[in-house]
Amino acid sequence: MIKSCAGLGSAWIVSHLPEIAAAQEHAHHAALSQATPRLEFFTHDQAVEVEAIAAQIIPTDDTPGAREAQVIYFIDRALATFASEERAAMVEGLNDLQKKTRKRFGKRKRFSDLSSAQQTELLRGIEKGQFFELVRTMTILGMFSNPEYGGNHDQIGWKLLGFEDQFHFKSPFGFYDAEYQSK
Amino acid sequence: MTHEQATFDAKTEIDFVIIGAGAAGGIIAKELSAAGFRIVVLEQGPYMKEQEFEHDELKYMRQRAITNDYKRQPNTFRATEKETAKLQPAIIYGRQVGGGTVHFTANYWRFHEIDFIERSRWGSIAGSGFADWPITYAELEPYYTKTEWDLGVSGLAGASPFDPPRSKPYPLPPLPIKSSGALAERGAKKLGWHAFPAPMAIISQPYRGRSACLHCGFCEYFGCEAKAKSSTLATVIREAEKTGLCEIRPNSCVRKIEVNKAGLVTGVTYFDEGGREHFQSAKAVVLCANGAETPRLLFLSKSSLFPNGLANSSGKAGKYLMFNGHAQASALFEHPLNEFKSVPVSRVIHDFYDSDPRRGFYGGGGMDMRFVSYPMNFALRGLPPDAPKWGPQYKAMLREHFTRTVHASGHTTSLPVETNSISLDPHVKDAWGLPVVRVTYKDHAEDMKTMQFFQARCKELLEAAGPRKIWTRELRNQTFGFHLLGTCRMGNDSRNSVVDKYHRAHDVSNLFICDGSSFVTSGRGQPTCTIQALAYRASDHIIRMAKTGDIKSGI
Repeated sequence: MIKSCAGLGSAWIVSHLPEIAAAQEHAHHAALSQATPRLEFFTHDQAVEVEAIAAQIIPTDDTPGAREAQVIYFIDRALATFASEERAAMVEGLNDLQKKTRKRFGKRKRFSDLSSAQQTELLRGIEKGQFFELVRTMTILGMFSNPEYGGNHDQIGWKLLGFEDQFHFKSPFGFYDAEYQSK
Repeated sequence: MTHEQATFDAKTEIDFVIIGAGAAGGIIAKELSAAGFRIVVLEQGPYMKEQEFEHDELKYMRQRAITNDYKRQPNTFRATEKETAKLQPAIIYGRQVGGGTVHFTANYWRFHEIDFIERSRWGSIAGSGFADWPITYAELEPYYTKTEWDLGVSGLAGASPFDPPRSKPYPLPPLPIKSSGALAERGAKKLGWHAFPAPMAIISQPYRGRSACLHCGFCEYFGCEAKAKSSTLATVIREAEKTGLCEIRPNSCVRKIEVNKAGLVTGVTYFDEGGREHFQSAKAVVLCANGAETPRLLFLSKSSLFPNGLANSSGKAGKYLMFNGHAQASALFEHPLNEFKSVPVSRVIHDFYDSDPRRGFYGGGGMDMRFVSYPMNFALRGLPPDAPKWGPQYKAMLREHFTRTVHASGHTTSLPVETNSISLDPHVKDAWGLPVVRVTYKDHAEDMKTMQFFQARCKELLEAAGPRKIWTRELRNQTFGFHLLGTCRMGNDSRNSVVDKYHRAHDVSNLFICDGSSFVTSGRGQPTCTIQALAYRASDHIIRMAKTGDIKSGI
């Protein structure tokens, strides 16, 4: 129904609720059964490339980024389950990026081999396109959704933001209400 | 809960079928069953219990797990009647037992006296069907009090100098102030405005067997696991079931209200979860399906007696759709506010509630500060418009902004414009093979001016609170409605309205309609309190009519 990745944020999720539930279950079992997650859709080589892009979107600096949050496993499982209709766009986009990499940096290069500056240059060239928006959206979903879905490992995404998922908070909640109450 | 509720077989004589178990339907089910009538409530969505609600943004993202499902129930949109409507989500409504009261923000403002008599005070406005209500604030006041006490509302009576008169204080004290509230109060004080504790349909203390809010922060777009949000699911629907006279029948999608040769309602035809068709007879029907699905069902129920749709001799069904206007400015502050904790809103400002001729245009509204933004949606589109979308700077901004951002919001009037409407799309069908909702909507020029005025006030308020940075987004004509109002307006003149002041359809004496569609004007956002007060008032009159033999059955 909804082909454009622009729908990923909203309507796209809608039409996949049963699948999302299944994926959560799936990811949960995977998490329980294995110490190291396993790829289900991507080949190892594809996963390396997608992870390299994700690591440019939310890089690792003094704090962990998309790589450490294991966003790649979220994306892989999403494509294996509730986002299966995005598989073709993902693979095509990867192949296209590979072509661009070879053309610009030589026949033997893969995107993941490039320096960070080279990667950034290539991504700047495709950042307005659908493939980049697809990877960006899925990276963000993987970084900030519940860890049960395979990403946001060790709540790295939530820690980055300062978000806590708890069932109970006590007042004061922030700086300005604490200040208000102390007056 | 379920074991207590009645299950009626096909032979049982049912007094009322209520269509929709939401804000209004839940209340009417409780009132009518408590008065001794046999009730069947048909709800198109599932019957979810609190233990099924989750903190799961992916699943509930933008609320779709418990709202209308665009895959099975798409809608179309166009700005004007000249255009061909396109498939695009334009409405959202609660789609489970409890309806929108399950996922709503829980802002619970009464309308003010002025809201009911603005046409008389202001005069006519070109390009609108601006009209007075057939009832006044004074007539509705006892029902405002009843809804606040029956459901459980937290607030502080007398805290706002603009509050309308009330016969009783709030049943519960205000919820604790948040950083957004403290900043709203700081800014308002500097400007000489008045910030007061937000009236919220969330209980600050234990109330009638329910425990107090735990401040988890998953209010808007989510269902409350703690039953602290005063949804009809957590309150009146359970009481209705306890009477033993009310059956809530979920996953039941009504496709037609049936009438006899005399033009009286005989019952409804609906699909069950498996798509099987059933007929439920009843002596009378109460339609509470919301401002989009209510007129749609009238159109789907057209017949030789009612060629323009059931109860639509006036031609006003579906017309005068009002969304309320929304204006916003955003700011980044020095220290963390942590707005992800606790309820969405803790302070409200009503200094610009009334219209003021000196502004040069009609319109008014209420304001608050809040930042309802869960992690995924925030990272997708929550940063200022000039922020990078990826890379080291994007990451740094996510870290800096999430806990320190707040919006000032204006919730404003929408004029009733006849061409803004709900109709049946001539081309697109839903999963049941029925024509889908087509939305036609363009904000009236006065509404745009009101939104611009409020965006400027929002900026002022934030500036006065002392932020590091302020930004706004360009205001555009609205293409999406959370509030679905005015599409079966009430009135004394059957040529200009769909229901009378008691919510009885002018054309069909055993059909009642009560939900957001009954509104004559939009108020200033936050319509739920008024929808529910109307539902209590409608219930009283329906019971009175039924007991005095004033409702003739069509069976």
